[in-house]
Amino acid sequence: MDPGEEKRLSVIPISYYLVLSAILFGLGAVGVVFKRNIITILMSIELMLNAVNLAFVAFARAHGQIDGLVFVFFVIVVAAAESAVGLAIVIMLTQNRQSLNVERINLLKF
Amino acid sequence: MSVPFIVFFACAFLAVLGAVLLIFSWEPIHSALSLVLVMMSLAVLYLLLGAEFIAAVQIIVYAGAIMVLFVFVIMLLNAGTEERTDASKLAKLAGVPMGFFLLLLIARWLWTSVVGTTIANGLGARSNAGVSTRELSMVLFQQYLFPFEATSILILVALLGAWILARKND
Amino acid sequence: MVSLVKIAVLLFVVMTALAYLTWFERKVVARIQSRWGPYYVGAHGLLQPLADGVKFLFKEDMTPPTADKFTYTIAPFLALMLALTAIALIPFGSPAIQVLGQPVFMVSNLDIGLLFLFAITSIGVYGVALAGWSSNSKYPLLGGLRSSAQMISYEVSLTLSVVGVLLIAGTLNFNSIISGQSGYYFHFIPRWHVIPQLVGFLCYITAAIAETNRIPFDLPEAETELVAGFHTEYSSFKFAMFFMAEYANMITVSCLATILFFGGWLSPFPDSWEWQLFIPGGGLVLLGMYCAWDTVVNMRGIAQLQFAVVTLLCLVGGAICLMPGVREVIQGPFWFTTKVIAFLFFYVWTRGTLPRFRYDQLMDFGWKLLLPVSLANLVVTSFVMIVPYLRHG
Repeated sequence: MDPGEEKRLSVIPISYYLVLSAILFGLGAVGVVFKRNIITILMSIELMLNAVNLAFVAFARAHGQIDGLVFVFFVIVVAAAESAVGLAIVIMLTQNRQSLNVERINLLKF
Repeated sequence: MSVPFIVFFACAFLAVLGAVLLIFSWEPIHSALSLVLVMMSLAVLYLLLGAEFIAAVQIIVYAGAIMVLFVFVIMLLNAGTEERTDASKLAKLAGVPMGFFLLLLIARWLWTSVVGTTIANGLGARSNAGVSTRELSMVLFQQYLFPFEATSILILVALLGAWILARKND
Repeated sequence: MVSLVKIAVLLFVVMTALAYLTWFERKVVARIQSRWGPYYVGAHGLLQPLADGVKFLFKEDMTPPTADKFTYTIAPFLALMLALTAIALIPFGSPAIQVLGQPVFMVSNLDIGLLFLFAITSIGVYGVALAGWSSNSKYPLLGGLRSSAQMISYEVSLTLSVVGVLLIAGTLNFNSIISGQSGYYFHFIPRWHVIPQLVGFLCYITAAIAETNRIPFDLPEAETELVAGFHTEYSSFKFAMFFMAEYANMITVSCLATILFFGGWLSPFPDSWEWQLFIPGGGLVLLGMYCAWDTVVNMRGIAQLQFAVVTLLCLVGGAICLMPGVREVIQGPFWFTTKVIAFLFFYVWTRGTLPRFRYDQLMDFGWKLLLPVSLANLVVTSFVMIVPYLRHG
């Protein structure tokens, strides 16, 4: 890396990234709680995972350890597996209940 | 206002905008596109933090494969406009300001606490250069070899599960 | 500052190359089918791309009333933007040739260049999928679904077939991959990666043709099958953007094939053979002489004037390339361009010759044949690479 680039990377305090991560996580949580479409809920979960990834990378940079980046790698892989299975379940649900509204999937409610 | 700050604020703004659009969109396809916007801006933020391989993996795997899967399922299931919810007015009137105050509280704690100030400018023992792919792969394949192989089995299980769940039962 | 000039020049060159690639394709396919191709507009049809461009601009731009307006509008922009961004990563010549301290023949020199190129390719699926969805009509939806499923299936094989090359080169940086291919076996066979990685190359070229939705893998946009697939409802300039994006993807994939497997801008002849410096200039002069003969003997009227201009350009270009200062500099781009044109010719040749796959045959081929072969290539390559280390313990 040339010297100009080195200078560029170190200027922004890590706490800025953490606040952004907190905002995104909060918005993802709001999405999980308030949305009705099951696919949108799954997407809000992905948003929360992304916020956590950002926090991991920020901390990896702050403490100078690569383990944070390895964690991010595994989080992305696990998110992929979880999305695949989750969306397969959604497809099955739609075949049975003909609706994507979470409130319609209430057979186990007492 | 140096270039990194401008890039950071632009990407942070885009990420928060994408997240807000995700929550407030009526069509699932618009939510999916907003999430892609969030992921791309996060990839730029990872580049700013020096993790170039993770930025590339984020784009290839997350934005380029997982979100494509979401878009596919939305297209297959023909997910149309979401139904209007009848959530109570109290939740909206009281919830949003309270959430905002909570956020301000967290931000203030982060800024002024010991955690915030020690790591605010600290960069650890590493040099200012980012992490190269070679270093990351050394750690991944030596220290974390077992979790790596375990995740490959996880993906195999997920693949089989998704296939069995989604196939037509004749 | 220099970067901006380079980007402007590159954009201009690429857009012209796109336009004349359509001419090239129409001519070659026509000759394969025993007819002439564009012949009327300009000498030898050389102004046909201009006429096509004007036609696209003047057509009526309709939007289906029930379409999702925002997505409908951004899909072609997304496709074209990504296709053109990928070309910024490609080195056209040696990085040693520099102006004001910056290499002339590449716009950016990323350490993870190859990975970034694959990232751009994987986002390209969105242009197709969104176009199919937002048109709100049967044929585009089916075409969009099929096309994007095809693209993501063959993307896996595409990236896996390249990993063998990465094992040999040891780096993701394009310039290092190219300089790893310098040197010669037996002093005259160039040390290009296609020789140890022949299987990888064949997998790559098949996956690349499928990835860019070209015949024999173009069922999703075939005219006899799905009207026009995902771009049925697009007209005028938006359709032109999809069209350009497809050709730009072809160019990117050909450039990548030359860099990874055929030595990029390196010359196939050993450096000690001095006469190879005269090949670009000599070639252009010979082309100019053929054009001169053609002008005098075959052309009449305004076509004669146009072709006389072409002849003059060829001769002057050839003379410039023969000058001692320019001779060494032009070698890199010349060999790179020649190899890319050879690949594009191969693309157009398969288009004119082969029938298309049925969709289920296509998906079977991608998952049941190409993916295992790419994986086997990876396993065998890594085994061969590690055997010397096993011996020494």
